[in-house]
Amino acid sequence: MSKYLFVAGLETHVELQTESKIFCGCSTRFGAEPNTHCCPVCTGEPGSLPVINKKVLAYAIRAGLATHGKISEITSMDRKNYVYPDLPKAYQISQFENPVSVGGYIELDSGKRIRLNHIHMEEDAGKLVHEGGYTYIDYNRGGVPLIEIVSEPDISSVEEAREYVEKLQLIMRHIGVSDCKMQEGSMRCDVNISVHREGEPFGTRTEIKNMNSLSFMEKALAYEYSRQCDLLESGEKVVQETRRYNEGAQTTESMRSKEDAQDYRYFPEPDIPAIHISEEFVDSIRKTMPVLPDELRKIFVEKGLSDIEAKRLVEYKRVADFFLSSLSAGDAKIAANLILGEIFRSMGTEEEKEAFELKFDVEAFTELVALRAQNKINAAIQKRVLQEMLSKGGKPSDYLTADDLAGVDDSAVEGLCRDAIAANERAVRDYLGGKEQALKALLGFVMKATRGKANSGAVELKLKELLGK
Amino acid sequence: MLSRILKYSSLLRDKKLSSVELTKEYLKKIAAKNGELNAFVSVDEERALNLAGAADKLLKEGKGNLLTGIPFGVKANIAEKGVETDCCSRILKGYRPTYNATVIEKLLSSGAVSLGKNNMDEFAMGSSTETGSHGAAYNPVNRDYVTGGSSGGGAAAVASDMAVYALGSDTGGSVRQPAAFCGAVGLKPTYGSLSRYGLIAYGSSLDQIGPLTSSVADAAIVYDALRGVDPRDSTSSALSVSAFEKLSGDVKNLKIGLPKEYFEGINPEIVNTVKSAAATYEKLGATLKEISVPSLKYALPAYYIIACAEASSNLGRYDGIRYGYRSRDYDDVNEMIMKTRSAGFGKEVKRRIMLGTYVLSAGYFDAYYKKALRVREQVSEAFRMAFDEVDLMLTPVAPTTAFPLNYTSENMIETYMSDYCTVPVNIAGLPAISLPAGTDEKGLPIGIQLIGAKFSEPLILNAAYAFESACNGGKEAENE
Repeated sequence: MSKYLFVAGLETHVELQTESKIFCGCSTRFGAEPNTHCCPVCTGEPGSLPVINKKVLAYAIRAGLATHGKISEITSMDRKNYVYPDLPKAYQISQFENPVSVGGYIELDSGKRIRLNHIHMEEDAGKLVHEGGYTYIDYNRGGVPLIEIVSEPDISSVEEAREYVEKLQLIMRHIGVSDCKMQEGSMRCDVNISVHREGEPFGTRTEIKNMNSLSFMEKALAYEYSRQCDLLESGEKVVQETRRYNEGAQTTESMRSKEDAQDYRYFPEPDIPAIHISEEFVDSIRKTMPVLPDELRKIFVEKGLSDIEAKRLVEYKRVADFFLSSLSAGDAKIAANLILGEIFRSMGTEEEKEAFELKFDVEAFTELVALRAQNKINAAIQKRVLQEMLSKGGKPSDYLTADDLAGVDDSAVEGLCRDAIAANERAVRDYLGGKEQALKALLGFVMKATRGKANSGAVELKLKELLGK
Repeated sequence: MLSRILKYSSLLRDKKLSSVELTKEYLKKIAAKNGELNAFVSVDEERALNLAGAADKLLKEGKGNLLTGIPFGVKANIAEKGVETDCCSRILKGYRPTYNATVIEKLLSSGAVSLGKNNMDEFAMGSSTETGSHGAAYNPVNRDYVTGGSSGGGAAAVASDMAVYALGSDTGGSVRQPAAFCGAVGLKPTYGSLSRYGLIAYGSSLDQIGPLTSSVADAAIVYDALRGVDPRDSTSSALSVSAFEKLSGDVKNLKIGLPKEYFEGINPEIVNTVKSAAATYEKLGATLKEISVPSLKYALPAYYIIACAEASSNLGRYDGIRYGYRSRDYDDVNEMIMKTRSAGFGKEVKRRIMLGTYVLSAGYFDAYYKKALRVREQVSEAFRMAFDEVDLMLTPVAPTTAFPLNYTSENMIETYMSDYCTVPVNIAGLPAISLPAGTDEKGLPIGIQLIGAKFSEPLILNAAYAFESACNGGKEAENE
């Protein structure tokens, strides 16, 4: 255990999945031919003016509400001035003085709250493409809306950092504002990290920029933590600077020192008047907020699921929604088992689970769960029907015969049990001699005779009763 | 002077004249006079005649409005699709916008005929129309004097009848002062009353497009055609009101304030002209009141801080990457941007970019920019209070008549100071009009300025109309 405490705060950029850009009507779609989703506003043509997309504001407010932030009554845009070829106006329209949401927190599973400083809206820049010794600029991404979620330095370990990011991801996906795909760049993290001894003030921090995967972030933070500890141990000082993670070497390296830090010359964006956010507007958004993932987990556990099952179900927004609407079937456990078992097995990739596209609707699924819950069909039939539904769609009745549904009444079960005992002397002897396993042979006999329709639990009980145990 | 627009419009409507004929006539005037005056920096005859042909079609169908078929000039900082719009700066040489400014769209869709681009100070930074990349414009009254600026090309074009009217832009007086220097009418509308979309920004919170005309009625007609909220400009407003139909010339019981701060340090000939205009108003039934707006003297420094701060950010985009001029000699992108900007911008523009960058820098922001914003609020508040007392204000437009050529470059601070009658209006976002009221002993035009509360264009235009009518009917209009 190191004697240095880990202190980190995160700045997380989340790309909002609105149809159009933040300041013009161009499409935000990813992967189009370069410079085809562009207009005079995206390319910063002289004389063009930005007009804020109200949907971006609504999404930012959603994010604020979902993280318990205080939505500002007046929010305003500011210009952040810096020169880079991918930034066509030489300033980014962002928020500095009056961000859309102030405060709030993300609660970790331990109950610890990571406080948020604020959430602000801004535009993304274009992208430089280096090819054949030339650099090309693609402005398609320019003006794609982002929110930046800025935490307080409340994160005390690499694990907490990971959990914080995962929770944010999950929340943003559930409220429908972003897909938060780090690999595709729709979520990016900058981390400020410092170390200090217990009881002493915070140490000098470094900033690690643009981490685009969770595992890189973990590695970068672990490396940076031990680098700073080693520096202090050997009597040296941590230099305030911006660093980047080198994926190849698995180390962090200096990008620029504090002295080279830019003066962004923030000032209020004169082209966009301050925005008054009315109580009614916030309420109208609040009304459309879904149950948040942590709350869903609690609900699912209350319905009888294990915490692991609940967690797996809320991992994908569509899955959680599907499951939630199937709860009317009356047996959460059966529904969860089917989703996490058969259905997930039919989906190879994360994307498929995320999309959760099924050929049948939730009513059909609920019906299937209810049939099983009411013991009208057994597990084997249920599995067969689900497979049919997965491949062909439809509803359970499309695949159930009268025979499937006929069930096996108690007197028939008793008769079959007697037959089983009569036909399997050896197994009976073994069972009575103490071999519990032997009962399986008798059970198998009955199940085979009923073609799997008998309730195996009931059969087992009946066998034990007849065998006097 | 009579309304040129009404005259031509009725000739066009009565089929006594076609737009093509009228446009040819104006192109001829340009060919004859522009060599002397340099009011136009580019004229696209073919395009103008095409627009005129289309206008004639509209007129034939009985469609269009008062501006249909009428040729006008456009300041070189207002975007016209496919037409070089270079702000008279080397850095935008060859830049042809891919879109039309909203005001251009409005005019073109009603069949107005754009003749070409009017000369201006580079990026509208100046008061003399001498700093642009196409050279100085010359005052049509006397070629030894400047046109004023920055919309000097438009003012000269209208005053010399090379265009029926022109669109200028006014950030600190750039429509009103050249109008006064050339003897034209210049309206600076309320901030937000018409769209800035397509106006290449200098100081975004101050910039406003405005018409330069030869009569008040024409100013009202053009204003009416351009005004209105624009979904592409979030600073535009739905509160503006039409003015032309309200021109009655009746100013009875109008309370006109004469703010004494506006009369300090003004050339006595100009003070006399304004006082005599006041007397005319009194004769027409208005009441005069001397008032005081002490905070006005802080408007000028606040203006230069805010305008330059915004300009330093607005002009950051001229990096040679996407449009305009690019230096040929560079090893990497940073060098390219530096060399492009060093060679592309003129001296005055660089001065203002540096000033603006300085006032926004960490450590200076509060002392300069924030303080300037507070002054701005105070000035706005002072105007609001003054307009509780009076309906409008009558003031000089500038402390002097037109400067001699080459005067401003050697007297920079004095030139900055000369804006102090015009900038308070921009600081407070108010409407104001400049109109001819006489001449000085050298025969150079003198203008008067009427300032109103926000969105009071009908009021100030009507007051201006009353004065203009009185001058035309009486003896005051010596320059006519």
